Amino acid sequence: MGFLKRLASVLTTLFGISVFVFVVLRVIPGDTITSSLGIETGVLTPEQIDTLRAYYGIDKPLVGQYLSWMASFLSGDLGFSYSTGAPVWDLTKSALLVTMQLALFGTILGVLIGISIGMFSARKPGSARDFLGQFFGLLALAIPGFVLSTTIVTVMANKFQYFPNGYEYMTPFEDLSMNLQQMLFPSLVLGIAVAAPIMRTTRSALLETVDKDFVRTAYGKGVKPRIVRLRHVLRNSLIPIVTMTGIQFGYLLGGAVIVEKIFALPGMGRQILDAINKREYATVQSSIMVFAILFVTINLITDWVYRKVDPRIK
Amino acid sequence: MSEPVLQVREFTVEFWVDGVWYPAAIKMNFDVHAGKTLAIVGESGSGKSTTAMGIMNLLASNARTSGSVKVNGKEMLGASKAALRKARGKEVAYIFQEPMTALNPVYTIGFQIVETLRTHFDMGPNQAKERAIELISMVEIPDPEGSFNKYPHQLSGGQRQRAMIAQSLACDPGLLVADEPTTALDVTIQAEILDLMRGLRTKLNSAILLITHDMGVVADMADEILVMKDGHTVEHGSADQIFNRPQHPYSKQLLAAVPKLGSSAKRTLPAEARKQMPVMKMENVTIAYPKRGRVPEFVAVRDFNLEIFPGEIVGLVGESGSGKTTVGRAAIGLLPIKSGKLEIMGNDISKATWKELFPIRRHTGIVFQDPASSLNPRLPIGESIGEPILLAGLAKGDELNHKVEDLLEQVELPRSYRNRFPHELSGGQRQRVGIARALALTPDLLIADEPTSALDVSVQARFLELLLELQDKLKFACLFISHDLAVVDILSHRIAVMQNGLLVEEGDRDDILKRAKHEYTRKLIAAVPVPDPEEQRKRREARLASK
Repeated sequence: MGFLKRLASVLTTLFGISVFVFVVLRVIPGDTITSSLGIETGVLTPEQIDTLRAYYGIDKPLVGQYLSWMASFLSGDLGFSYSTGAPVWDLTKSALLVTMQLALFGTILGVLIGISIGMFSARKPGSARDFLGQFFGLLALAIPGFVLSTTIVTVMANKFQYFPNGYEYMTPFEDLSMNLQQMLFPSLVLGIAVAAPIMRTTRSALLETVDKDFVRTAYGKGVKPRIVRLRHVLRNSLIPIVTMTGIQFGYLLGGAVIVEKIFALPGMGRQILDAINKREYATVQSSIMVFAILFVTINLITDWVYRKVDPRIK
Repeated sequence: MSEPVLQVREFTVEFWVDGVWYPAAIKMNFDVHAGKTLAIVGESGSGKSTTAMGIMNLLASNARTSGSVKVNGKEMLGASKAALRKARGKEVAYIFQEPMTALNPVYTIGFQIVETLRTHFDMGPNQAKERAIELISMVEIPDPEGSFNKYPHQLSGGQRQRAMIAQSLACDPGLLVADEPTTALDVTIQAEILDLMRGLRTKLNSAILLITHDMGVVADMADEILVMKDGHTVEHGSADQIFNRPQHPYSKQLLAAVPKLGSSAKRTLPAEARKQMPVMKMENVTIAYPKRGRVPEFVAVRDFNLEIFPGEIVGLVGESGSGKTTVGRAAIGLLPIKSGKLEIMGNDISKATWKELFPIRRHTGIVFQDPASSLNPRLPIGESIGEPILLAGLAKGDELNHKVEDLLEQVELPRSYRNRFPHELSGGQRQRVGIARALALTPDLLIADEPTSALDVSVQARFLELLLELQDKLKFACLFISHDLAVVDILSHRIAVMQNGLLVEEGDRDDILKRAKHEYTRKLIAAVPVPDPEEQRKRREARLASK
C-alpha cells in the first residue's frame, strides 16, 4: 500500500512537471519557425507559415499537441531534433551520461568535503578551526557557480596553460584519463556548492548529537573517542545530512546547466539550453522530463537511504 | 574487612562557569564494598550525579577534579586516558537514567552489548554474540535471540532498562554505578528492575553505587546511605541509621518530606456534597486520537465513567499509557470525545464546538506537568497569570495588576514577582505560578496533571500543602492526576485507578488503598517502595512470595 501511494504521488509530480514545461515553452515569445528562420519569417506568406506550422506539428490545438507528445513519450519515442534531424533519445543518451557522471562526482566531492569540514569545525565549537570551517562554508555559499567556474577556466588556461576542456569531450570509455581531467573542475565547482550546506548541516547535527545521553554511554563503556565520534556521533548525525544531500541534488542538476555550458561539456544542461534557444519543443520537453524522472528517482533513493540510516522510520 | 571496590577520598568536582570555579561536589569520602550498595541521595543540584560521573571522569570538559578515587586499589584521578578507558565498562560500568536516550537509537541492543564486549576483550564476533545473548537472557528479556536484533525503540521501557543493565554487566564489572536507574519507569516495572538488580548483586557479588532521589528505592536497595546537599556530604551511615535515627536536620527534613502511603489523616467530604450536581460527569466516555495519515486511530480511553462533586478531590492514578492525562484533558474540553456523555456544571459539552466551550472554560483550570514548558518563556509571569482574566473580560489595567498580585500572594510568591520571567524562577516557584494561573478565574474544577512529578520531594511536600490550603479556602473540585500513589493518598477524597484506557476501580480513598478489590490496584500498591527499609523488606518478600 505504502509503495502504491508513493508511486501515485511520483506519477502526479511527473504529470505536473510535464504540463508545466509544455505550457511555459509555449508562453515564451517566438516558436520553432521564428527561431530557425529569424527575421526571414517576416517574408513568408501566411500559407507558407501554415504549411511550416503543420510540418512542425504546432498547428493543432494545445491539448492535442500535449496528448500526442505524451503518447509518443510514453511509448519511448522522444521525438526529433529539427536542427540536426537526430532522434532526441540518441542525443539524450550521450548527454545523460555526461550529466550523471558530473552529478555523481559533484555529490561525492560535496559530501566528502562537506562532512570533513563539518567534522573539523564541530570538534571544537567556537575555536579558530571552527571559525575557519564556517568561513569556508559561508564563502562557498556566497560564490555563485558561474563566477567560480569562469575564474577556474581563466586561471587554469592563462596561468598554467592547462585546460583539458578545450579538447574534444571524451567519454570514460574512450579515454578515461582525459575524461577524468575534463570532469575534475566542473565536478569541483558543483561539489563546493553542495559542500557548503552539507558542511553547515553536519556541523550543527554533530554538535547536537555530541551532547546526547548515548554518547556518554559509549564513553562510559570505554569506547575509544575516535570510534565514538564516527560510530555513534556521526552515524546519528547522518539523518539530517542525507536529507540535505537529497535536496542539494536538485540544485546540482540546475547548477549543471551553467557549469556544462562554461566547461563545454555536452551534457543535458547544454542540450536543454541550446534547444530552448532554438525553440525545439520536443527536445526541451523530453529532456526536461528525463531530468524530472532522474530527480524523482534520486528522491526515492534518498528515502531508501533514510530508512537504512534511521531504523525508527517505518 | 576486605579492600573496598571503590574508595573515594577528599573528592572534589568543580565546574568552570563564567570565569569562576563553581564547586559541585566537595570533599567526598566513601567506600563501596563488593556485594554492597551505597546510595547517594539528595535533591536536584546536590551534586550526586556529578559525583557518580566524576569518579570515571565522564564530566563535561569544563570540569576539574581533585582528591583520590581508587577502583580496586588503582588510582583513577590523573590516570592516563587509555587507563581510564580500560577501566570504564570493564571495572566500573554505568546504568543510566533514561534507557530510551542512553541507548543509541540506530543500533540494535545486541550490537551495543557486543561493542562493550569487543572493546574490552579479544573476542570474535560470533563468540561475542553468544555471550551477548547469554547476558540478554540473564536480565530476563523474553526471546533473547530475537531481542538481540531489536532496536531500542522496539522494546518496552522496562526491557530497554534491562538491555542497559545487560550491557553494563557485559564485562563482569566490580562496580556498577546506577544513576537514577528507575526514575523513568512505572512503579511495577521499577519493582521488577530493582528485584533484578538485587538478584544480580547477590549472584555476581558486585558493588553498587546507587544515585537516586527516591527514598523508597533507597530503602529497597541500600546498605549504606550518603546524604548530599549543595555539594556537601550531610550525613553518611548505614541504611538503618539514616532511616531510623537521622542526625542531621536536613536528613530528617528530607525523610519527613517523602509522602508515605497510608500515613495521612482521613479526609472527609460532607455527605451532602455528593448529593449536589456534579461539577464534572463522564458517562461511558470513549476518547480516541483520530487517524492521521498512515497512523491509525488510537482509542486512548474506553467507556469511562467518573463524577466529581463540588469541593471534592479525586485522584486519578495509573501507569504511563493508561490514559489518565487524556481523561484530564478531555474533562475540560481540550480533547473531543468520540462517544458518551460529558457534562461540566450540568452543561452537556459532549459535542460542543470551540465557541460553545468558551464560557465553560471560565469554570475550569488546569495545571500542567512541566512548569518549565507550560509557561510562555517570553511573557512575564504576571501576564501569564492575568491572561485568563483579561480574556474573560473581567478586569484590565490597574485592577488586573491588583488581581494578579493577590493571586501571587495566594500561592505565597512575593507580589514583586509579577514582572519576572519563568526562567528566573525555581521549579517549585514556577509550578506555583501554574496554580495561580489555573486559579485566576476561581474555577469550580481544577485539573492537575502530575503537577509535582518534576519537583524535588521537599518542594513537592510544600506544594501539596499549599494546594490543600487553597482547596480548603476556595473549595474547588479537583481531578488530581498522578502516577504516585503516595501523593494521591495525601490529597484525595476518592481515587480512580486506570489501566490501558479502562477504569479499573474507583472508590473512597481508604477503600482503594486498604481494601482494593481489583488485582491490578493491589499490584500497583504493592509495587510502591516505602521509605522504610524494614517495612520495604517485608513488602518485597510478600510481593515475591505472591508471584
